[in-house]
Amino acid sequence: MSQLLEVSGISVSFDGFKAINNLSFSIGHAEMRAIIGPNGAGKTTFMDIVTGKTKPDEGSVLWGDLSRNLIGMNEAKIARIGIGRKFQRPTVFEDQSVFDNLMIAVRNDRSPLAVLFFRPKTKDNDKVHELASTIGLSQELMRKSGELSHGQKQWLEIGMLLAQDPKLLLVDEPAAGMTLGEREHTTDILKEAAKTRAVVVIEHDMEFIRRLDCKVTVLHEGSVLAEGALDHVTKNQDVIDVYLGR
Amino acid sequence: MKNSFFMKNPSLLVFLGLLALFTLGVTLMSEAYGSGLVSTSFVKTLGKTLCLALVAIAMDLVWGYTGILSLGHFAFFGVGGYMIGMWLMYARTEIIVVNSMASAPIPPTASELSDAIGSQIFGVVGSSDFPAIWMFADSLVLQLFMVVLVPGLVALVFGWLAFRSRVTGVYLSILTQAMTLALSLYLFQNDSGLRGNNGLSGLQNLPGADNIPQSVISIWFLWGSALALALTYIATSFVVSGKFGSVIRGIRDDEARVRFLGYSVEGYKLFVFVLTAIMAAIGGALYYPQAGIINPAEIAPIASIYLAVWVAIGGRGRIYGAVIGAVVVSLVSTWFTGGQAPNINLGFYVVKWVDWWQVLLGLSFVLVTLFAPKGIGGLVDLFTGRLAPSRKGAPLGPDAGSLREEEAEK
Ligand SMILES: Nc1ncnc2c1ncn2[C@@H]1O[C@H](COP(=O)(O)OP(=O)(O)OP(=O)(O)O)[C@@H](O)[C@H]1O
Ligand SMILES: [Mg+2]
Repeated sequence: MSQLLEVSGISVSFDGFKAINNLSFSIGHAEMRAIIGPNGAGKTTFMDIVTGKTKPDEGSVLWGDLSRNLIGMNEAKIARIGIGRKFQRPTVFEDQSVFDNLMIAVRNDRSPLAVLFFRPKTKDNDKVHELASTIGLSQELMRKSGELSHGQKQWLEIGMLLAQDPKLLLVDEPAAGMTLGEREHTTDILKEAAKTRAVVVIEHDMEFIRRLDCKVTVLHEGSVLAEGALDHVTKNQDVIDVYLGR
Repeated sequence: MKNSFFMKNPSLLVFLGLLALFTLGVTLMSEAYGSGLVSTSFVKTLGKTLCLALVAIAMDLVWGYTGILSLGHFAFFGVGGYMIGMWLMYARTEIIVVNSMASAPIPPTASELSDAIGSQIFGVVGSSDFPAIWMFADSLVLQLFMVVLVPGLVALVFGWLAFRSRVTGVYLSILTQAMTLALSLYLFQNDSGLRGNNGLSGLQNLPGADNIPQSVISIWFLWGSALALALTYIATSFVVSGKFGSVIRGIRDDEARVRFLGYSVEGYKLFVFVLTAIMAAIGGALYYPQAGIINPAEIAPIASIYLAVWVAIGGRGRIYGAVIGAVVVSLVSTWFTGGQAPNINLGFYVVKWVDWWQVLLGLSFVLVTLFAPKGIGGLVDLFTGRLAPSRKGAPLGPDAGSLREEEAEK
């Protein structure tokens, strides 16, 4: 079976500074992958490129069995073909209820006219309630999402990702600012999601990565430094030098 | 279904009820149908105010809900007025010319007729030919289509160019001002085909209705304006109450997030921009026959800025806020600038409101922005209990990431 996403030889520089340097990366259809690396290694920039926010200077990003090139596609289109993204800072629509936040994300026709005349069907409402219970926010559905705690907002954003029913989930630092108990719940949600789709998680917290129990890619200065099981990469001398040892 | 729409928009029924009462009340006090307590010219002022409330709703939809601070929507209002004005002027001049030529021994040919109408209309700018843009002016139906079509197309082309290049925020506002300025400068030219700075006049005289007094016509327009306002209110409530409303408020608050959810943000902005431009144009098409005259000064950039000021003072992000802002500010402005407000004699200086009203308006705008961002409409929250719980500034949620009281109140 071919890979779901194949990134090859991408580079991007900002004002002469090479944030991504000849990076290649690929992930399969139902695979969990963790990306670690020091601050400024280019992890977020990598996600920016895959989701169309940043255009790389060179290289290709191929998607799906048809190997469509994602470069040049706009963000909305990329999201619609099945790549969902959670930002490093939780971004939910604070002024709207948890229910509305989830409903806006549920996979449906996204064109203005269809949305204008959209009336939620039973299956849409069921989906929202099901997601809310997955992310543990069933009690909070009618609250404004701005009132949620930081951890709950992170979950809500993950819930919004799942609602889109993407084939690939890109999750940037999901555990930041969470308590230990919240982190465990987050791991469960992500592991459950990875049973049916590809999930890429960026994280700094090693305990969190260990619980994910998956292959790890270490980024450094915009390219892959090491790849493999967590125990394998943590023994790698380069990784210890640039990341773990500090 | 219908029930839930009204449930979601509690202000809708209240508004429609008040509007019906108001229109009926004015009619019963008018010179034509009632006691004559309200003069015909004041009926016209009230009718025009309803049109201003209509365009304010459009402004609220594009700015208060979608977050596009367009400073050009009054231009669409003006263009709507010009479009209906062309028919009004043409049709009425035609009747006059035909009547005056009827006594001639040889019946005039079509081209003689057209020349005569042309020199009547364009004599003031030293011309007598009909410019191409007057092509449809002889047909009310076609010209009514133009009311919707011309501003719609202008908004479509402008919006497409601006949104596609992702111009946002203050740059977009400046761009809309530039568009407005360009349009008004163009209309000021004598060869624009729309009579330069003379504008179109005599619009209060409906063709073929010479025997109907203005007191009656003013009531017709009052009802027409009230109906258009009611329909706009209903349509806007529909647009903002469902998932569409959720998406555009999302665009206002975090455009990038909406994009990554797979919505084409540009498409939505364009949709709202064009829709509100058309709303504004319909408002203008009802306003200018009541005003009697339209000239390029109406489209001046400042008019669009006032529109934003009304919405801000009334309270953006709520439809009735826009209505309150437009009604209060424009009526108070009529009072001050009409010379009715008593001058204040400070001994060393006499405050003449005709001159000082603008200063007062500017000051209120600044004060509202700083101290009452919810505007006058925010007072409604005092009665409906939409108040945030008072926790004396303590966080609402269990940890640092949650909104503080002040933020959650917004
Ligand atoms: N739009 C941009 N313009 C200029 N420089 C940028 C831009 N985006 C990222 N960078 C730079 O590229 C480098 C990589 O940034 P990136 O955000 O990808 O790091 P990261 O691995 O996500 O780090 P962290 O762990 O802190 O989140 C940083 O030095 C950053 O300053
Ligand atoms: Mg990052």
